[in-house]
Amino acid sequence: MTTAAYGPAAGLPTRSRWAGLRANAGGVYIVWYREVLRYRRDRARLISSLGQPLLFLVVFGSGLTASLGAGLTRELGDVSYVRFLFPGIVAMAVLFTAVFSAISIVWDREFGFLREVLVAPLSRAAVVLGKALGGSTVAMCQGAILLILAPILGVSLDPLLVLKLLGLMFLTAFALTSMGILIAARLQSMEAFQMIMNFLIMPMFFLSGAFFPLRGLPAWMSVITRLDPVAYGVDPMRRLLLGANLAPGIKIANHHLGTVEDALILAAFAALMMALAVWAFEAQE
Amino acid sequence: MSSIEVIDLTKRFGPLTAVDSISFQVEDSEVFGFLGPNGAGKTTTINVLCTLMRPTAGSAKVAGYDVASQRNAVRQSIGLVFQDPSLDDHLTAYENLQFHAHVYNVPGNERAQRIEEVLRVVELWDRRDAVVRTFSGGMKRRLEIARGILHHPRVLFLDEPTLGLDPQTREHVWEYVLELQRAHEITIFMTTHYMDEAEHCDRIAIIDQGKIVALDTPDALKRMVGVDIVTLRTEDDEQAAREIRERYGLEPQRDDTRIRLEVEAGAEFIPRVVSELGVTVKSVDLHRPTLDDVFLKLTGRAIREEEGDPSAWMRLHGRLWGRGRR
Repeated sequence: MTTAAYGPAAGLPTRSRWAGLRANAGGVYIVWYREVLRYRRDRARLISSLGQPLLFLVVFGSGLTASLGAGLTRELGDVSYVRFLFPGIVAMAVLFTAVFSAISIVWDREFGFLREVLVAPLSRAAVVLGKALGGSTVAMCQGAILLILAPILGVSLDPLLVLKLLGLMFLTAFALTSMGILIAARLQSMEAFQMIMNFLIMPMFFLSGAFFPLRGLPAWMSVITRLDPVAYGVDPMRRLLLGANLAPGIKIANHHLGTVEDALILAAFAALMMALAVWAFEAQE
Repeated sequence: MSSIEVIDLTKRFGPLTAVDSISFQVEDSEVFGFLGPNGAGKTTTINVLCTLMRPTAGSAKVAGYDVASQRNAVRQSIGLVFQDPSLDDHLTAYENLQFHAHVYNVPGNERAQRIEEVLRVVELWDRRDAVVRTFSGGMKRRLEIARGILHHPRVLFLDEPTLGLDPQTREHVWEYVLELQRAHEITIFMTTHYMDEAEHCDRIAIIDQGKIVALDTPDALKRMVGVDIVTLRTEDDEQAAREIRERYGLEPQRDDTRIRLEVEAGAEFIPRVVSELGVTVKSVDLHRPTLDDVFLKLTGRAIREEEGDPSAWMRLHGRLWGRGRR
């Protein structure tokens, strides 16, 4: 044992604003790092979260092509349905991984680790930000792994394109992780999480345009798809991967949104969710 | 100087008053115990003192900082070992401590050294790279104690630190805690409902239904309920009994082989009687009132009757504050 001074002298200076900021930066880093560490260690999660998108791609893609062949050709031109589905499946991996990461807060609460975090001299904002960045990093990696399939599906990639895609994936993931944290801050149990999955996350996925073009839909559905944040991730990803013919942009007031506009909408949604999540976290005693 | 200062502290959950206007002080480097049955308000008090809950009324200072208005300063100054495990099962022992070192702003150049130091104290250095999931209950608790002191807190809170551990491990855990306390002069605030553990404390507050019903050293508390009984066996009981009667004005009771004495402070009395008696003392036995007796006298109930099913209680407890609902 050393004889180092115990007490406020050790680690608690008269906290200037700057020192507090630096301390919180360390906190953001370690919360992020824990998320990434756990992801790296959890092979089962890695495999299962890749298996599901592949299942969708192969079964849905092949099945629908076989039964709806002619209709699909009319809608998609010479692009096969599997290729059309590909960006949607990437978005799906990002969506599920992001939400799952955020919801792990409920586990942390159940197994006690959350107390270690909540009683630390760390602002709630730092905890939420670290968690959101961690979840986004993990989700982006999951999406990126799926890009390996691109050459098989005849989609060509170049470094700049990949960089843009990674940015979009990260932004989408960040928005969705923040939303997940907001939900998790209020969630009572894992049973409640099942409800959220069924009534929020699945609809968000189905209505995002991952499965079908968001054109010629019934008016009510059209409105909902425009409220779905995932749609603003799927559309630009598809445009980058398959070209503007297939993804002319979500139409709002007769204007087709471009990639930058999509990104701005995602960023705004992310900022709102982040603010609400911090608030929800601070409100819990 | 006081490490903890509590004045008229009250905490209500709706209609339930969990802590009812309690006041006490804990001095620097004191080992202070909160003793009481489950549901008496022990954990609620800890939660308020470590800023996890806000007081309904009254005030409390820990390490000189107000628990309501200077929460970050309080948090930096305290270490906590919770009743239920609060480790990340998927990380290694070392990674858990690394996490802690970061969130408690342990300077980067000291982190590795301090982690090694605390892991060696609790004899887990060899297991540093093992994932915590593989640890036994006792090992987890030791790791949590190591974590609790990693950032050099002034006050260490231990909420039922040995709940659910076997007697041998409990003893072990206590050795670490007291060694740390001596080495670093940390103030220790602990709750327990094990009477024998309360004996490790310098002072004990007995809490029942949210109120402190007594606060003193374990010896003084026990003196409240009655006297110690000293049993002697000597070479010559006849002469010993006479001498004791004359010298100390006590009334020895004899049976065939022993002399039984009721005295105020048995532990202090024994060395005197052994050295002062004219006959050789062969054996001495001291029976002292237990804290169980104290609790029974103060509340009219035995503390053990209240225990109930610990797992059911822990679930309730988890709901009360683990989920953040009032």
